[in-house]
Amino acid sequence: MDILSLFVIIPVLTVLAIIISRNAKNTRVISAIGMGIQLLMAAYLIFAYFAQRNAGNNAEMLFQVDYVWFASLNIHYAVGVDGISVAMIALTSVVVFAGIFASWQVEFLPKEFFISLILLSSGVFGFFISLDLFTMFLFYEVAVLPMYLLIGIWGSGPREYAAMKLTLMLMGGSALLLVGLLGIYTNSAPNGGVLTFNILEISKVSIPIAAQRMFFPMTFIGFGILGALFPFHTWSPDGHASAPTAVSMLHAGVLMKLGGYGAFRVAMFLLPQAAHELSWIFIILTSISVVYGAFGAIVQKDLKYINAYSSVSHCGLVLFAVLMMNKTAMDGAILQMISHGLMTALFFALIGMIYGRTHTRMINEMGGLMKVMPFLGVCYVIAGLASLGLPGLSGFVAEMTIFVGAFQHVDIFHRVVTITAVSSIVITAVYILRVVGALLFGPITNDHFLHLDEAKWFEKLSTVTLILAIAGIGLAPLWLSNMIGDSLAPIISRLTLFIP
Amino acid sequence: MTNFSYTVLIPLIPIFVFLFIGLTGHKMKPLVSGIIGTTGLAISFILSYFTAYQYFFNTEKINGAYQKILAVNITWLQFTDKLHVDMGVLLDPISVMMLVVVTTVSFMVHIYSIGYMKGERGYHRFFAFLSLFSFSMLGLVLATNIFQMYIFWELVGVSSFLLIGFYYEKPSAVAASKKAFIVTRFADLGFLIGILILSFNTGTFDFINLTTVGGPAMATGAGASFLGLSVMTWSLIFVFMGGAGKSAMFPLHIWLPDAMEGPTPVSALIHAATMVVAGVYLVARLFPVYALSAPDGLTVVAYVGSFSSLFAAVIACTQMDIKRVLAYSTMSQIGYMMVGVGVSRYGGEAGLGFMASMFHLFTHAMFKALLFLGAGSIIHAVHSNVMNEMGGLRKYLPITHITFLIACLTIAGIPFLSAFFSKDEILSAAFEHNRLIFFVQLFVAGLTAFYMFRLYFRVFWNKEPHYHHTPHEAPLTMTIPLIFLAIASIFAGYIPFGQFVSSDSIPFHSEIDWLHVAIPSIIVGLLGITLAFVMYKKESNLPDKMANSLKLLYVGAFNKFYFDELYLFVTKKIIFNYISRPVAWFDRHIVDGSMNGIAWITNAASIKIKGFQSGQLQQYAFVFVLGSLLLGILFSYFFIYLF
Repeated sequence: MDILSLFVIIPVLTVLAIIISRNAKNTRVISAIGMGIQLLMAAYLIFAYFAQRNAGNNAEMLFQVDYVWFASLNIHYAVGVDGISVAMIALTSVVVFAGIFASWQVEFLPKEFFISLILLSSGVFGFFISLDLFTMFLFYEVAVLPMYLLIGIWGSGPREYAAMKLTLMLMGGSALLLVGLLGIYTNSAPNGGVLTFNILEISKVSIPIAAQRMFFPMTFIGFGILGALFPFHTWSPDGHASAPTAVSMLHAGVLMKLGGYGAFRVAMFLLPQAAHELSWIFIILTSISVVYGAFGAIVQKDLKYINAYSSVSHCGLVLFAVLMMNKTAMDGAILQMISHGLMTALFFALIGMIYGRTHTRMINEMGGLMKVMPFLGVCYVIAGLASLGLPGLSGFVAEMTIFVGAFQHVDIFHRVVTITAVSSIVITAVYILRVVGALLFGPITNDHFLHLDEAKWFEKLSTVTLILAIAGIGLAPLWLSNMIGDSLAPIISRLTLFIP
Repeated sequence: MTNFSYTVLIPLIPIFVFLFIGLTGHKMKPLVSGIIGTTGLAISFILSYFTAYQYFFNTEKINGAYQKILAVNITWLQFTDKLHVDMGVLLDPISVMMLVVVTTVSFMVHIYSIGYMKGERGYHRFFAFLSLFSFSMLGLVLATNIFQMYIFWELVGVSSFLLIGFYYEKPSAVAASKKAFIVTRFADLGFLIGILILSFNTGTFDFINLTTVGGPAMATGAGASFLGLSVMTWSLIFVFMGGAGKSAMFPLHIWLPDAMEGPTPVSALIHAATMVVAGVYLVARLFPVYALSAPDGLTVVAYVGSFSSLFAAVIACTQMDIKRVLAYSTMSQIGYMMVGVGVSRYGGEAGLGFMASMFHLFTHAMFKALLFLGAGSIIHAVHSNVMNEMGGLRKYLPITHITFLIACLTIAGIPFLSAFFSKDEILSAAFEHNRLIFFVQLFVAGLTAFYMFRLYFRVFWNKEPHYHHTPHEAPLTMTIPLIFLAIASIFAGYIPFGQFVSSDSIPFHSEIDWLHVAIPSIIVGLLGITLAFVMYKKESNLPDKMANSLKLLYVGAFNKFYFDELYLFVTKKIIFNYISRPVAWFDRHIVDGSMNGIAWITNAASIKIKGFQSGQLQQYAFVFVLGSLLLGILFSYFFIYLF
């Protein structure tokens, strides 16, 4: 068995084990063990990756495995990873691991809950290791669909509406994406020969420009919808607000990254010429996302809405950086995905924990929580500081890499959008400090809050895992940045080939 | 060559102390955390003095100039082939001088806080944050490149945020901490943009590369111009915006007075002696670039500094809260330092302003920390910040009284105390290069003497109010730092500063210009003191009369010229109500509304057409027959028409 397929198989085995488990406690323990193994494997994968690279293995994708699956259409089960996928896999395993502990207390149908959650994660892992567009799409759907059940059944508030809206909008994206992927497939052999879904093979040819112009917007928007691209982001606030804690964590932390990753791996990499031609439209949209999301977050009153708008802003920065099409900015884009994934997961975990105690998410109904739950309070402050880009935490590294990268463009257009994006650091500070002030500081406004209890062990484990990852990247970013940067070389060289 | 790699411990010890106290502090006795914090800083303090000694006396000069020494430098993050962020330790005259300043004041404040914070909730949290701040500030002064400086710049900002909001249950403290962070963050936006432009044009973040005279970095940026100023000038003006924010220069000063909500030792350390002078230090760090490739940038620095110092001094004359008076005084004195670097030229005697600015930074750190710690001692005794509730305290607080008087005399520029030398050298430099600024600064010197002695007389003389408890002198942990700093304030002026710090690192000798500078400055200083003596020594109606005769100015200054209101208007009204709310509304109703609209249309359409699938066979048969008939007609029509 190859190491990469294990990332899909372990969640599936975990799900099977959960099905035969007898009670809620066993279910939780099994999930934790399964995802713990997954986390260790991700750590091992990082070391294995570096071992291969140090041994001089310069292949574009490592640990490749290829099985023919459907010969007549040339569909393969082809997997392989580069530094970027490894980083995304590591992110996913950390968030899923923390998510399991954050949902330790799910009481309603725990078995089914964990099954859906872990099934979803297997889809995400599968997506990140796929080299074949078809299997990639398949895993994408596996990751997106359980969301409907998770929100619809375990959600809160107007959950049916939110679940329906989220699923339909993402399905709309999928439809565009499917057309786009098939379009790439049918044009994958412009010089004659066998059509292919394999990303590496397609990246060797140049798809006719007319086809690129048609399918680039489709794939970019298709993935962009999941990556909260303005104006297709509105599933996000409602969806996140209604989703249960672990689902918000996974969705904002990992699933939205599928959008950024796909936009970059498929749309930009395979359709570079159209990317150059059409990037300006999307640069405008993403820079709107960045500022608009941040301004939107300032006036929200619901913690989850604040975080959802903040995600629009931060994920906008991911796509923004991807569109800058140079090594530094793209490096920053991947770092930002990881950083945003970790810190937004932390935010949602904490919001869930606070909500579980106060039974409200409205900031104007809260206040002075620092005094009653210092541990959660401190964690919230750390998450906030990470979000506003404090050095020493991951957000800073990502944002600065993006800004420096984007600033390498000399023309007025790029300068203006870059400075617009940079100005978001101030707006972010405004809404983060507003929330932190209203939520944690000040006098305690509600006597009921005086009797709230502090975080339990599993909650601490969940948040500490995420904080360690955030601080680890923030303090020593060089290895990660280099790991990503090295893997960007083929993408950058393909993109520079087509500079108009 | 002396090996300086141990200097990396100077910032590292406080960060370990921070982590240690932060993680385990709640389990230890409060006093223990205080002692651990103080001990940690004591080690940094000793190492800094040792480093200073080694650097200035035991390291060879090359061509008579102090060398820039990269003690440690490791790559932290690689952006592009050329641009990489390093973390390291850069030793040169100004960074070594700052090491001494920061660790001295920080050490004194630590000792003082052991007594001052006694019995406070969150004692260990306070010491943890103090250590975090010390780490960040030391990292800032030792930065080897502008990006490292920016990193620590943000970290001092957040430490300041945490310490201003130390009493987090008090809404005013929370508001002040938010304000401080957001205003400085806005300034840092300028700093960041400045860094981006500067690094893009010069291809380096590194201070040594940037400031090498005649080096490639300096030559590259001077080319293209925008609105009449070169790209280099623009980038340095943006960088200065960051410095102006941190150093509370007009118009980014509004956070500093509010920052006094923090515990008083914090005000002494962060908002008087160290963090707020980071802006001056930043300009000094890049001074060769400013002076040689962007002199227009320096002119901006000088005028901003000069205006701020006048503006703040006028406001300081009217404030009633003693800490706020000191805060405006700090702003005013930093204005002096900015003037110093702003009027300076590069090299030799012409670089007098640079040296004087650093000198004033040094002496100011001592006497202003002393003033704040003294104010802390007063507040500790009377449990109030407001002058009206003080008076006649000289009897109760003898040590505080004497040390406070020394500090007031120093800041007023009385001869042979430290600030006399440093301030007069700034004035000399201004006299040399910009007469307008010289006269403004001379006037400000008079105002300074007046408002400081207004404070002094109102607190220690004047009418004694009714005290609930008899005020008593502070404990030894608090008075020892006062005495130490008082001694430093008196004698720091005798350091031959030009021998250590100069614009081109070559030692030079400076003389005070008695005729044009020193004598006028002494006269205005004495005038200010006399005026304060007449008005405030005893209770009288003179101050009211004076206020009435200058009503407009007085009311304006008392209300800080309405800058808080202006900012509130911009943030609350414009940004919150006219940008954010519409954005949120637009998002919910237009963007989301159109998504819901699509859903609604789909729904409505399907309701309209669902009648077709009724399941009634007769209806289907009827439609079928009707359809066949229609088709039959159509076909026959086409058939006839075509043939």
